[in-house]
Amino acid sequence: MALFQLSRRDALILAIFALVVITMPVWTAPFGANYPGLMQKFAIYAIFAIGFNILFGLTGYLSFGHAAFLGVGSYTAVWSFKLLTMDALPALLFAVLISGLFALAIGFLSLRRSGIYFSILTRAFAQMSYNLAYSVLTPITNGETSLQLTLQDPRLIDLALAPRGAGLPTASLFGMSLSGLSGFYFCAVVLLIAFFFAQKVFASPFGMMLRGIKSNQMRMSYTGFNTRPYALTAFVISGMYAGLAGALLAVTDPLAGAERMQWTASGEVVLMTILGGVGTLIGPVIGAWLIKYFENIFSSFNEGILGRFFDFVPAPLHDTVVAIASKFVGEGWQLTLGLLFVLVVVFLPGGIMEGVRRIGALFRRRGSPPKAGAMRVQPAE
Amino acid sequence: MDAILAQLLNGLDKGGAYALIALGLTLVFGTLGVVNFAHGALFMLGAFCAVSFRYLITLETVTVDPTQTTAWGTALEVRTPLAQTWFGDWGAVLIDWSVPLSILLAIPVMLLVGIVMERGLIKHFYKRPHAEQILVTFGLAIVLQEIVKAIFGPNPISQAMPSALRGAADVGALIGLAPGALTYPLWRLVYFLFSAGVIAAVFGFLRFTTFGMVVRAGMADRETVGLLGINIDRRFTIMFGLAAVVAGLAGVMYTPLLPPNYHQGMDFLVLSFVVVVVGGMGSLPGAVAAGFLLGILQSFASMNQIKSLLPGIDQIIIYLTAVVILLVRPRGLFGRRGMMEN
Repeated sequence: MALFQLSRRDALILAIFALVVITMPVWTAPFGANYPGLMQKFAIYAIFAIGFNILFGLTGYLSFGHAAFLGVGSYTAVWSFKLLTMDALPALLFAVLISGLFALAIGFLSLRRSGIYFSILTRAFAQMSYNLAYSVLTPITNGETSLQLTLQDPRLIDLALAPRGAGLPTASLFGMSLSGLSGFYFCAVVLLIAFFFAQKVFASPFGMMLRGIKSNQMRMSYTGFNTRPYALTAFVISGMYAGLAGALLAVTDPLAGAERMQWTASGEVVLMTILGGVGTLIGPVIGAWLIKYFENIFSSFNEGILGRFFDFVPAPLHDTVVAIASKFVGEGWQLTLGLLFVLVVVFLPGGIMEGVRRIGALFRRRGSPPKAGAMRVQPAE
Repeated sequence: MDAILAQLLNGLDKGGAYALIALGLTLVFGTLGVVNFAHGALFMLGAFCAVSFRYLITLETVTVDPTQTTAWGTALEVRTPLAQTWFGDWGAVLIDWSVPLSILLAIPVMLLVGIVMERGLIKHFYKRPHAEQILVTFGLAIVLQEIVKAIFGPNPISQAMPSALRGAADVGALIGLAPGALTYPLWRLVYFLFSAGVIAAVFGFLRFTTFGMVVRAGMADRETVGLLGINIDRRFTIMFGLAAVVAGLAGVMYTPLLPPNYHQGMDFLVLSFVVVVVGGMGSLPGAVAAGFLLGILQSFASMNQIKSLLPGIDQIIIYLTAVVILLVRPRGLFGRRGMMEN
């Protein structure tokens, strides 16, 4: 079927990517990151970042409120667990649906403006969702205590099939429990599907249209295209990705709190995408993995580990070096992240992927220098 | 009537802070065309100038007084804050008034921070798209707030206001109401007057000095001013420093109302962007008017009568206003026609 066809290059990328994702428990072992909780996060935030990139990378619309959809997805999934069944598939389905509707409403309004105004509008909507989830919507969101499973949940479908067991249930897939490694593989399969879909979007005429919006929206309009429906579709798709990621967060840990909608979460996905490489397929995934890895590993460093690490430094300087370095790890790892981010935006606006490309070009074009300015095509105004 | 007046007053101090931050944002946007997401961090740095100032003047020197003994029979250790060592009895007064006095520290520090920021980082981003300006200043804001967190710790550090300004002013009596009918905390009044003063100073500076005239000309047409042989870039750099000072002063004086914490910059940033948008991007009077307007709106929305009518309105009123303004009148209340209106 044409629906599932990919170009040979894309198929190869998908195959390699699948291999990398499936073997993740193996290659993360040397980094000390092969425990399921972290790998689940790798897969989930990769989905979030891929989705964000469909909006920002292709259309250039910078949303600063994407975490709202993540939160909506989580809440929907937990409600599906509470009301219907602990099976993960309905939860994902509902989450994608509801967050898509939510994105449709917000996108419809926000996309009436572009540039900084769009960023502020999305920011304002996300902040409103966050504030409301904390205050008035407490019956739905359970406010500060977070929405959790309880022993009294109706779970209509589950309880029609089997009597209520002791203790809180965990999410499952057709009766198979999704905790630990099986939870990771579930997230990994969803990630691969999400990646495949993103490849299709990138390669489609629709994706071309979105790129056209990014490079020159005005010219697109003059050519006779009404750009807004296309941008809105991209917005909804990326909102659905975020909802999917949120639902997976709830699958791996059935809990949904308003802090998932906070601006820090929205900022994080921006950081991931930029760090990895805007507008590329793999870049956001790499960015998400790096940030989640550093968040977990760097933040667990303490002065003892640093002291051993800097053993080679002579004694009089040793304590000073450790004291300075300790400001960049542990609690302060976000300082490292911020600095890294600023450096990337200043020197490598295309993120890690651009770095890889540049290094690759260095090897390939040795001897014949690249034509100056060949990469910079200025659109005529 | 009293209740309405009271809410009006309640909105003024917050509105003052919004107005000051938004004024700085607008100055930067109007002169340099840069969308500065790190502006909230400057507000936060100002607040920590006050913290540092108090820390400096209360640094203690310990001397042992052999003539007196403690209950345990050891010699009494006398701890004197630095301010008292230097200024004797005036030291206590100095410490009492440390928040307003921090302004003296904040002005040079913030000017320096602003100029370094502009020369060191932001000037490389004039020609880049707004999205990248947002990203780099957003990163800078994270770096600044994390540095502050690394130095001062994650917990808020409360700052006492001068004891003379601690009470409440009987505002009602001034306008002919019964005594005690309408009181208002003195420091909030001071904050409002202070912000009004700073705003007046900025406008006066732009209106009545040659420097200000050149800057205004540069805002209107940068190229032509440059062609006249004026180094407009240097003046704009100074304006960036000035905007940093305004944000910093707003932060210094706000410390008694909100104990400084490292993330307050981000909290105020979004709000002040909303203020800028409501007032009209690039319009200085708009920023000021919208700042006070939104402060007052917020305080009205938190009235119980209104909250019971529209639950949750106090949480979203500002954002809701911004959304409505952006969708209905995107150039804002005072914005120029066509200013980023696409």
